Amino acid sequence: MSESSLPAEITDLIGQNQYPKTATFPVERSYSYNTLSATENGNPLYWDDAIADELTGGMTVPPTTLSLWMRPHRWEPGATEEQVALQVHFDLKEKLGLPEAIMSDNTLILHEPVRPGDVISHHQILRSVSDEKTTKLGTGRFWAIDIEYHNQDGELVGIESYTGFGYARPAEAGA
Amino acid sequence: MSLTIDQVAEGQALPELGYDVTATTVVLGALASRDWRPMHHDYKFATVRNGTQDIFLNTPNLAAWFERYITDWTGPRGRIGRMTFRMRDSVYPEDRMVFTATVTAVTTDDHGCAWADLDISVSVDDETAGQRLCCTCTARVAIPTDESDNPWARKGQNWTP
Repeated sequence: MSESSLPAEITDLIGQNQYPKTATFPVERSYSYNTLSATENGNPLYWDDAIADELTGGMTVPPTTLSLWMRPHRWEPGATEEQVALQVHFDLKEKLGLPEAIMSDNTLILHEPVRPGDVISHHQILRSVSDEKTTKLGTGRFWAIDIEYHNQDGELVGIESYTGFGYARPAEAGA
Repeated sequence: MSLTIDQVAEGQALPELGYDVTATTVVLGALASRDWRPMHHDYKFATVRNGTQDIFLNTPNLAAWFERYITDWTGPRGRIGRMTFRMRDSVYPEDRMVFTATVTAVTTDDHGCAWADLDISVSVDDETAGQRLCCTCTARVAIPTDESDNPWARKGQNWTP
């Protein structure tokens, strides 16, 4: 099966800005400590206000926390189904009938530092979908998705690119 | 307090970082990155549904581990511009993950910002395979040219990660 055999509803989405969204909560210093703690990261830039004032003009959060400020609550009032990040990824799983997925590659390009109190916005862009591939996990397709993040002043704070592999395990593929 | 670029050379090896991963490491990292997907906290889901041997470290948390490893070396003035990593295998509870890295290039851009390019690997000890390579990463980190330089002060056109 080649990329040209992809449904038009998918090929039409390649290169399109999808799911523009603004976070429903501001960046929190307290939540960033969970990442610092999980990785035992003692960088004084995030623990010592004097160093933060000197180097970054005030406290920032670890740049690799970029995606977490846009991750939805798993549940919120009014939600009728599980809230998920990277909706394009889950859309592809559903539309291509691939029940399982993993992320294989991740690129982060970091621009303006993110600060407590910032309100982050982002949108998702599907860049490509591969031909059908078979790996040790099963048969499916790789796809590349970019996410561009801006702060409340419109400044670019980062770009994240994911390569996902959606697949059916062998028993499922043969079912 | 921080590394300066004159202390960095192509081919230089970074100090190794070893860490014993537990189920708590995996779950704490997943929740810290607000990743609620069950393969990062639910053993039965991970093994029966995903077909993996256990729950495993999630992608955003691995990025945070790379950040910690890089800035342990550079100190707080080091500013990561870019990182690309590829998951080759998963990191599971009871693995001892080991970070190693080599400087592949030292450059200065047109705006006077000094950069070190790094190749980083994460491997775990494996009873059958010996060392199992789990993740590779290339990273570009800005490092002060001298004690007075601060890459964090760069904005706009002066910051080209």
